[in-house]
Amino acid sequence: MTEEIIKLEDVWVYYDGVLALEAVSLSIKQQDFLGIIGPNGGGKTTLLKVILGLLKPNRGKVTLLGNPPEKTRKFIGYVPQHSLFERDFPISVWEVVLTGRSGQRGMFRQYVREDKELAHEVLKEVGMIDFKDRQIGKLSGGEQQRIFIARALVTEPKILLLDEPTASVDTSMQAEFYDILERLKQRMAIVLVSHDIGAVSTCVNKIACLNRRLFYHGSKEISPEELEAVYQCPVDLIAHGIPHRVLREHHIEIKNKNAKGKS
Amino acid sequence: MDLLEILKNPIIAGILASIACGIVGAYVVVKRIVFISGGISHASFGGIGLGYFLGIDPVLGALVFSLISAVTMGMVSRRTRLSEDTAIGILWAIGMAIGILFVYLTPGYAPDLMSYLFGDILFVSSQEMTLMLILDIIIGLVVFLLYKELLTISFDEEFSTVAGLPTERLYLILLCLVALTVVVLIRVVGIILVIALLTIPAAMARQFTHSFKKMMLLSALWGIVFTQCGLWLSYLLDWPSGATIILVAGILFLASFFALQRRRHV
Repeated sequence: MTEEIIKLEDVWVYYDGVLALEAVSLSIKQQDFLGIIGPNGGGKTTLLKVILGLLKPNRGKVTLLGNPPEKTRKFIGYVPQHSLFERDFPISVWEVVLTGRSGQRGMFRQYVREDKELAHEVLKEVGMIDFKDRQIGKLSGGEQQRIFIARALVTEPKILLLDEPTASVDTSMQAEFYDILERLKQRMAIVLVSHDIGAVSTCVNKIACLNRRLFYHGSKEISPEELEAVYQCPVDLIAHGIPHRVLREHHIEIKNKNAKGKS
Repeated sequence: MDLLEILKNPIIAGILASIACGIVGAYVVVKRIVFISGGISHASFGGIGLGYFLGIDPVLGALVFSLISAVTMGMVSRRTRLSEDTAIGILWAIGMAIGILFVYLTPGYAPDLMSYLFGDILFVSSQEMTLMLILDIIIGLVVFLLYKELLTISFDEEFSTVAGLPTERLYLILLCLVALTVVVLIRVVGIILVIALLTIPAAMARQFTHSFKKMMLLSALWGIVFTQCGLWLSYLLDWPSGATIILVAGILFLASFFALQRRRHV
């Protein structure tokens, strides 16, 4: 039951000559729902790229289901921050979801009935089956987000990786979004990366903070004390740009950052 | 009857060209690889020059050169730290310079040079049409076999890598399709103007549909409209065919664009 899905051991990454990840170790097991918070530029996207095998660490080891990620990343359902697609790309919701099957189906082959049944199923799961013939660009940010979750789910992943999933979702749709995740977490491990503490703390059962280094909080349920502990690790920059979330002991945190970083 | 006899080959060539530019142009427009496509077509001039120099058919030289430049540009822009548009700019110019040098080194006069640069569909030979047909078949077959892969990488390359597709190889295949299309279009509009037929019909088609397959079909149809109208006009007015085709395409596109734009605002 506690199969280890992702394992990072002492991973160091230099991105364009700048140290982006420092000595990051992480283990994600089958039923984990891990939230990773950290400031913009703290290495969140870099970490995801390392897990996906899109970026090779300069030092350290990454294993996905016991193998290098290039081999096993098809078991990851990836939901990118904002897909860089063109708004008026001539493609329907249905076709977008099916592209999730393209790696599974193999080269030179058409999609078969199994692919279509799965696509149908996941679109129902995210509540978007009625939108299947719409052009993707015509949907709202939140609706698109759900389509991209469907596209990730159609690969039948063992783990779902979400990069800043609430960035393009308006507040009214966030509740539904968390409902979806709540259901999914019964079936797969989920890693959710965000700079928004609110987003992370809602439904995760483990929290880590990332600001070049990874601070892992808790292999058990989060207690209020622990949440506080989380917020006190180098979250000072998280408050950047979201003034209403300014956290206390802001100044002390800045002073302590380096000291804590070495602990 | 006489007129049809004269224009039979150009009409067929126009249709063959429209098939290639319809299919591949749709990818060029949605994947935003217009600039790299321009680079591939211009760099293929190196092959034209080489053809003259070696005394072989310049179109064959262009075929080899456009394929090589497609793969080189794709790899250089993906694998090195050079930014993509810089890499394209450099290879674009190198290809053309090689062509100019070879033409210069070839003793005597280079016949038809202008027609390779600007097209001359009225004098297309049946041998050239055979080549166009073969290339059309190859393009159609590759797109048929790799339709889902090419659509997936066009829509979201990062995701397709994660989904387990060989994204870089597929991208190079797509660029090679562009290279083949350049060769199909050389006789019709010439190297310099190829980019217009790779973009205008597809951009036109995109205004009318949200389905990628329909976009391909429509852009091939628009290509036929443009080439045939341009062809007749150029014959009647004795204007250069390549430029006439492009101007017909450009004017129709701009007219439809602004008409649709206005309708949306009302």
